[in-house]
Amino acid sequence: MPDQVSAKPRRSIGGWLLIALPYSWLLFFFLAPFFIVFKISLSEIAVAIPPYTPTFDPATGWRGLVKMLGDLSFENYVWLTRDSLYWKSYLSSVSIAAVSTLITLVVGFPIAYGMARAPTEWRTTLLMLVILPFWTSFLIRVYAWIGILKNEGLLNQFLMWLGLIDQPMTILNTNIAVYIGIVYSYLPFLVLPLYANLEKMDASLLEAAADLGCPPWRSFWTITVPLAIPGVIAGCFLVFIPAVGEFVIPDLLGGSETLMIGKTLWTEFFTNRDWPVSSAVAVILLLILVVPIVLFQNQQQKAAEKGL
Amino acid sequence: MRQGPSWFNITSLVLGFSFLYLPIVLLVIYSFNASRLVTVWGGFSTQWYVSLFNNQQLLDAAWVTVRVAFASASIATVLGTLAALVLVRSGRFAGRSLFSGMVYAPLVMPEVILGLSLLLLFVAIDQARGFWTIIIAHTTFAMCYVAVVVQSRLAGFDTSLEEAAQDLGCPPVRTFFSITLPIILPGVVAGWMLAFTLSLDDLVIASFTTGPEATTLPMKIYSQVRLGVTPEINAVCTILVGVVTVVVIFTSLITKRREMQRQQDMRRAEAQG
Repeated sequence: MPDQVSAKPRRSIGGWLLIALPYSWLLFFFLAPFFIVFKISLSEIAVAIPPYTPTFDPATGWRGLVKMLGDLSFENYVWLTRDSLYWKSYLSSVSIAAVSTLITLVVGFPIAYGMARAPTEWRTTLLMLVILPFWTSFLIRVYAWIGILKNEGLLNQFLMWLGLIDQPMTILNTNIAVYIGIVYSYLPFLVLPLYANLEKMDASLLEAAADLGCPPWRSFWTITVPLAIPGVIAGCFLVFIPAVGEFVIPDLLGGSETLMIGKTLWTEFFTNRDWPVSSAVAVILLLILVVPIVLFQNQQQKAAEKGL
Repeated sequence: MRQGPSWFNITSLVLGFSFLYLPIVLLVIYSFNASRLVTVWGGFSTQWYVSLFNNQQLLDAAWVTVRVAFASASIATVLGTLAALVLVRSGRFAGRSLFSGMVYAPLVMPEVILGLSLLLLFVAIDQARGFWTIIIAHTTFAMCYVAVVVQSRLAGFDTSLEEAAQDLGCPPVRTFFSITLPIILPGVVAGWMLAFTLSLDDLVIASFTTGPEATTLPMKIYSQVRLGVTPEINAVCTILVGVVTVVVIFTSLITKRREMQRQQDMRRAEAQG
């Protein structure tokens, strides 16, 4: 494809409208809200609706704006560093997400690899089978694990029937259940980009290696794996970034020991009704995720420009 | 690849797909369980489906959810398709990287952040929350998924067809509707469906952006699940899974058939030319 991005076409009014419509929607409903979150994270909690102060009253004009800016404080951020709950939540979210991403990669790579090696006529069906669970409700798929993992659940019944254990193991409401939940829910996100990558791989490279006497396991490590790296990176980002801020999985499958920042934010907002502190929690979470998100975007952009 | 799948490939596929499907299959089986104890099999029964259809609250929530999903998927499809066109076709313009950043970021942005930020926006502009605020919220993140799906379709697109039409004096809007749209249609349909199911499924963003009068099905399911697993919820989930499965398989068959038809037509046209 010719270099589309560098082309600078003459643009008609229609061309500008085309850009303006989705652009302004995202500016207003995606970007602007972050500034509001930041502003409210600098406010103080108040018993009012909305439950924070200072607020900006447009009627007071410029002077009101100056007064509001003067009243902002970093109190909430200081609070986040003082209470160990918050930084422990951040740390454990990142570590839970990182461990789950690694497990997802270990589980997902053989699946994607198997799909790419399957006969061509199977591939569409296999692809469909990976995508289908992605369409079915996330909440339902997490919920399904409760019935499997609980003490009197199906997994424990099965293991006891096999005679492997003689009394039920506690899995539900532990971090192990959270790992299982994340791996299960995000597996398609990792398998799809990885499969797309492995499938495009030039088979003649492996054939050449085999002809030159390279054993299959060695050509796997020296040819297949390095070529799959872009797919691995894309897949890992797609698992890791949302997993850090996950709420449903730690809430339904995790226990009291499970600290995750998404859950902390939710409790702060819905239970404690402290909007300023939950905004501050969100700002820090965003700062943690900024680097992986920007890396992910660059990668997506590169892939899109290559026409993948 | 020349070599066929090895035993290792087959084993990993079988294990992988069992892992993906077993929980859902078990959920479906146990929704027909006569016993109130969800994990003890007490014989076949459809009683939970019957009690489900007498549960007015649940039915109301389902109706709200479907309407929200329909509206937000439709708006998101229009905006997302435009966004994809901008990304693939508009070349360079001021703020292009900000734009593509805003398209890709919501794909990975934690839902709690999206939900909280939109809620604070609605409060700041003094917008009463409810049905329409959920639609706006869902549109915002779903349009990005649509954009990515349509973009992949546009990227493999032969622009010479459009150029030919424009050279023959076809105005841009008409070129879009008579040439571009039919070709990218499978992507647009897939994008709409993805947006629809994302909205149908969302708990977190809807919880933040809703008001007292609009409760969606995921919110209802969530509050029931927190009280404990009930066979009735298994039945709701089975119906949802069933509907989604049928719709997805159906549309993929249709788009596949259309695609084959189109390729046949192209081949015929080439043979004649």
